[in-house]
Amino acid sequence: MAQLILYGLIYGGIISLGAIGLTLLVRILKFSHFAHGDMMALGAYLTLLFRVTMGLPMWLSVALAVILTAVAAVLIDRIFYKPLRRTSPAILLIASVGVALVLRHLIQFFWGAAPQVYQRGVERPYIVWGLRIRPTQVWILVMAVVLVIAVWLFLQKTKTGKALRAMADNMDLAAVSGIDTERMVVWTWVLGAALAAAAGIMLGMDTQLRPAMGWLMLLPIFAAAILGGLGNPYGAIAGGMIIALSQELSTMFINTAYKPAVAFVLMVLLLLVRPQGLFGGKA
Amino acid sequence: MEWGGIIGYGLFLLIYGGIYAISALGLNVQWGYTGLFNIGVGGFFLVGAYTSAIMTKGPDFSHLGGFGQPFLVGVLAGGLLAAVLALLIGIPTLRLRGDYLAIATIGIAETLRLIVTNEQQLTAGVWGIGAIPKPLWSTFGDSYNAFYAVVVLLAMVLVYFAIERGTRSPWGRVLKAVREDEAVAQAVGKDVFRFKLQALVLGAFFMGVAGALFAHFVGYISPEAFEPMNATFLVWVMLIVGGSGNSKGAMLGAFIVWVIWSGTEFVAAALPPTFGPRAHALRIVLIGLLLMAMLLWRPQGVLGEERQVSKLVRNEPAGRSAQGG
Repeated sequence: MAQLILYGLIYGGIISLGAIGLTLLVRILKFSHFAHGDMMALGAYLTLLFRVTMGLPMWLSVALAVILTAVAAVLIDRIFYKPLRRTSPAILLIASVGVALVLRHLIQFFWGAAPQVYQRGVERPYIVWGLRIRPTQVWILVMAVVLVIAVWLFLQKTKTGKALRAMADNMDLAAVSGIDTERMVVWTWVLGAALAAAAGIMLGMDTQLRPAMGWLMLLPIFAAAILGGLGNPYGAIAGGMIIALSQELSTMFINTAYKPAVAFVLMVLLLLVRPQGLFGGKA
Repeated sequence: MEWGGIIGYGLFLLIYGGIYAISALGLNVQWGYTGLFNIGVGGFFLVGAYTSAIMTKGPDFSHLGGFGQPFLVGVLAGGLLAAVLALLIGIPTLRLRGDYLAIATIGIAETLRLIVTNEQQLTAGVWGIGAIPKPLWSTFGDSYNAFYAVVVLLAMVLVYFAIERGTRSPWGRVLKAVREDEAVAQAVGKDVFRFKLQALVLGAFFMGVAGALFAHFVGYISPEAFEPMNATFLVWVMLIVGGSGNSKGAMLGAFIVWVIWSGTEFVAAALPPTFGPRAHALRIVLIGLLLMAMLLWRPQGVLGEERQVSKLVRNEPAGRSAQGG
């Protein structure tokens, strides 16, 4: 069981990073960004390009992939979402489904449908207090913690971060107090996409890369964001941990194949009981 | 291509286009008229297909079965079970904001795919259900596709008239009111939740029927046939292309997009085989770009929504906004 909790924490870190960006996007841009999972996949595959195809060192590949994913997100926003922003959130939602479709299949076009990995071969796990953990997983945990702290510092200490939180909290009030909302929209995309890319890379390191990986992550990250109360980045982290732990622990009772459904069932139950999410937020 | 090939393709177009059109008509009730976000069309389609297949087949040891019901009973049961599913998913989510319904329908579609993949004794898992009875197969023999095209088109026309009747009634006007402004509909005393639930259930029924018609035509179904791309997104693109809020548009869009979709398949098939899987991905990219282009440049679709005004009001094309207001 302790082993499952450990895996849950690793997976939870990945979900949380995806959910933080998603929750801010939903709150600030006022539409559910259904292409978020596929941005994770984009980050993961760009890393594959730099690391395996071009042979760059891993840290550089990760950095380049994160930056490029953020640039791609801003470009997609300028080309597709911005002209539609004046219509309705529903149209934007459909548009994001279209973007998701295009991204996923462009990935499949360039890299093929077969699963790929950053590094071949089997890793020897460390054994600490009877728990097995692979070196890669240690890296993932470290990266997740560092990124979460960095995001926390960014949101708490910097002017941009504070402005972002203000916008997520109350858009009109933020605009009235002189925050440049259009610039903040760009920042939201940069932050959201960068975190998504990082999460995708970590997922790729932990398991393998598949074009559908982003689509499969969409449900858990949405469940985490909703659980945490949409718009609340700290809630999203807690939500991510809850979803991941319950998915891992569920394997003690039910068929492992149903793991993805656990997030969904939890989300529906929560919506029934407490639609505003576990941690406040406005429904 | 010879005449035989063209007629054969034409029949396929009528059958598949018709089946997709029924799905798109169902989605139009949900999204076009009521503004409900269902991104799990494939889930309802799947339930209809599996239910009808299981209901109509004779005993088979690889999965649940042996009911041996006639075709029509199977199709109706498929629609009904999809409707029940919509009821179950609608109750917790329809009181909440629209995008919760969207994510919940994705969840249900994915969960259903997990269930049919893993519950082998029920659905034969990844092996799929084969030898699904084709109605009156022995009677029509060689010209079977022509007969089935008539069946599908009849069903489509029936669904079309049922929806037209419903949406041109006071009930349909409430649906549109809910879509335009929920608060206003609520304020004039309409039970918004009940109307939304009715629209969701009705649309899901049609999707279930479409799924059943699909199962009986292809004769073999497996979880792979219900991947979100084929069963959900294509239907969305059809509705957006044809014009949401317009039943004729939904049908037109279904046929247009199916022609594009199957046309690109011909092109892909002509390419060298090593290019195959990639060409498939590119086809979907193309469909995705078509969706984006429509949203950006012609959001109302090819036909656009029909304006419905009371018979008592005379058509006055100009000058309504001239007097301020």
